[in-house]
Amino acid sequence: MSWILPPSASTFASDIDFLYYVILWITGIAFVIVEVGLVVFIVKYRARPGRKAEYIQGSTKAEVIWTAIPAVTVVVIGLMSGGVWNDVKGRNSVPAGAIPYGVHAQQFEWQISYRGPDGQLGTGDDFTVRNQLHIPVNQPVVMRLTAEDVIHSLFIPAFRVKQDAMPGMTINVWFEATRVGEFEIACAELCGIGHTTMGATVTVHTADDYQRWLADRAAAADR
Amino acid sequence: MATTALPLEKTTHATHEMSFVRKYIFSTDHKIIGIQFLLMSFVFLLFGGLMAMMMRWQLGFPDQPLPAGQLLPETMAPGGFLLPEFYNSLVTMHGTIMVFFAIMPLLVGVFGNFLIPLKIGAPDMAFPRLNMASFWIALTAGILIMAGFFVEGGAAGAGWTSYAPLSASPEWTGVVGGQQLWLVSLAVVGLASILGATNYITTVVNMRAPGMTWFRLPLSIWALFVTAILVLLAIPILSGAAIMLFFDQTIGTHFFDPTDGGQPLMWQHLFWYFGHPEVYILILPAMGFVSDIIANASRKPVFGYHSMVYALISIAFLGWIVWGHHMFMSGMNPTLGMAFMMSTMIIAVPSAIKVFNWMGTMWRGNIMFHVPMLHSVAFVSMFVIGGLSGVFMASPPVDIYFHDTYFIVAHLHYVLFGGSLFAIFGAVTFWYPKMFGKLMNPLLGKIHFWLTFVFYNLTFFPMHNLGVGGHMRRIYDPSQYEFLQPLAPLNTFITVSALLLFAAQIPFAVNFIMSWFNGEEAGENPWNDNGLEWIVPSPAPHGNFAELPIVYRGPYEFSSPLVEEDFLPQTRKLDSDTEPAAASAAE
Repeated sequence: MSWILPPSASTFASDIDFLYYVILWITGIAFVIVEVGLVVFIVKYRARPGRKAEYIQGSTKAEVIWTAIPAVTVVVIGLMSGGVWNDVKGRNSVPAGAIPYGVHAQQFEWQISYRGPDGQLGTGDDFTVRNQLHIPVNQPVVMRLTAEDVIHSLFIPAFRVKQDAMPGMTINVWFEATRVGEFEIACAELCGIGHTTMGATVTVHTADDYQRWLADRAAAADR
Repeated sequence: MATTALPLEKTTHATHEMSFVRKYIFSTDHKIIGIQFLLMSFVFLLFGGLMAMMMRWQLGFPDQPLPAGQLLPETMAPGGFLLPEFYNSLVTMHGTIMVFFAIMPLLVGVFGNFLIPLKIGAPDMAFPRLNMASFWIALTAGILIMAGFFVEGGAAGAGWTSYAPLSASPEWTGVVGGQQLWLVSLAVVGLASILGATNYITTVVNMRAPGMTWFRLPLSIWALFVTAILVLLAIPILSGAAIMLFFDQTIGTHFFDPTDGGQPLMWQHLFWYFGHPEVYILILPAMGFVSDIIANASRKPVFGYHSMVYALISIAFLGWIVWGHHMFMSGMNPTLGMAFMMSTMIIAVPSAIKVFNWMGTMWRGNIMFHVPMLHSVAFVSMFVIGGLSGVFMASPPVDIYFHDTYFIVAHLHYVLFGGSLFAIFGAVTFWYPKMFGKLMNPLLGKIHFWLTFVFYNLTFFPMHNLGVGGHMRRIYDPSQYEFLQPLAPLNTFITVSALLLFAAQIPFAVNFIMSWFNGEEAGENPWNDNGLEWIVPSPAPHGNFAELPIVYRGPYEFSSPLVEEDFLPQTRKLDSDTEPAAASAAE
């Protein structure tokens, strides 16, 4: 029953997680104030013989205070969020030099395309692998996300990545992995009967291992 | 704005006899229509609940056949094991039925109808026959939507949000007739809602009794009035979108099909432009009822009545400019994300104001914890949780993680069940005596309340933690994912709690039915309340008021220094009161 986010493995994950914890603390405090307040009032102001309620209509001062404090709080959270949002999803957020991959979502699998030896995505020497994304560590990458049929959603929990794949659009999704290892991909938008089976894997390699993998697969992959 | 109350001579039917069918089946009496909506909605609440139980069984005990599952056809659950397509239909229909055929009619169809004329001092609605039509149209829509389960391909399976292109073609879901029936049903029930809203607005504007100025209206009526305006403006958008999607499905248009110049994203904009005001439709009346009940129970005026009215209006207003927060991940321009984030953050403020005002109403009160008050305090405590969880998703970067996870499912159930449904239980109990002339049994009421409160929280609170773990929504088989496997015990725990929560509704059903026949006689004003409905007999008679009521004050004059009793009805004339203008006046 944890409120701790699972371990992360991307550069911007820590910014997202930080925002989450800030909101967790603020809402947690508000939660305690209200719930404890309710319990105190239930006990303290329950009806007892001989008591009368106080005929109070309200208090302008109270209204101002409990309008201003929540307003300032949410605006601050909003401003903090804006910066992170721009870095992750902004129009100019994809770092220069990010390695491009094609991610084509369809019922019910992910077709991942890799640029071939010519170093360009979208040319004849590209190769495609089902449900396996291989990337190098500590290197920005950008997915050119497309969808064949219906809306899917590329969700990589460990990288704090999520983006709906929209038929008719190509959407850039960038991230930079910070650890080697295998991480899961899920589809996060109901896409039909097989929605639950759209799992895939991201394998993060060291730079050398990645080159080796590329060379092996370029020779042996589906064209 | 000067208006004239409808002269009573024109509307009392004291002298003519009506057949059973005219009195109770095809009735134009707002109270009977409200009760018809109540019975219809409870049936759909049951259906929606059963669907949820089946979904939870799949998530909690995927290796066990559904109890009595062999009764279901092979196309749904061979051997009692749900098929993925049936699971998707259950997900879709549970949401659709709960929103459109349970919560919305319970809040708006039942209490809008039952309370508005009574609490403003009118003999009935402005358009009684339109009102009757509204119920029968809604019931027709309900039959249409359930029919989806009986056609080939099964019921709609694209989620209650019905995103295109998934919903636009049987190629993607395998569902044909079901998806079309879903759209037709929503258009039809939408018509019922629009007719109702027209009635409510007209009645509140034109038929308030003399002295019932705007700022003497109870908050339940303010809330229903504001909600009716939202309904009138929002539902036609859904209807339009539904028609477009229906055309895509049937006559070869491509509104939402990108292969021919259409835009799937447009469905989302249309749906959520309706959908966000819709969720405020689903909470504002509940807030109104809770205000009335908390003041009554605390024997104190509502704290900050004017602020409460302005908060209702602000929420309704702001509700139009936040819809994009459902679409942060959709691929729409990220700059829009920033705009919708700010409006969404701001809409939290009027809700917070209301929570503090409810607490302020209880502060220094002399609180009677009758069953409606138990439900109302639970409403406040759980609506707060729902509201606070919303702050996480309002932040687009945090929403990257939480979108389409159980964190959202937790949020929506805390506001719709923890909020709206508890308020409904409280309101039904509070106004039951005026509907049926009997009191619901308080012991059964308390048992139902506590069991529901406990099992409700055990079911839905852990869903926040599922979301923190990354558990997606609408997932038939979470075990496919390694990162979800550690969450399986939590899913089982939630399922068991949900089953107990379902069972806990039995005392309420028993209480509701038994009290109708054997309940304690209620008398005119069992709660010592100030509203106009409590000056007429229980149950309220056809035509409501024998004489035109005159209103001298607001609805929350509890513990007033002017009188010895701790309540002071709106219509009681004190020596210090002057008559209002003969026509009901603007304030």
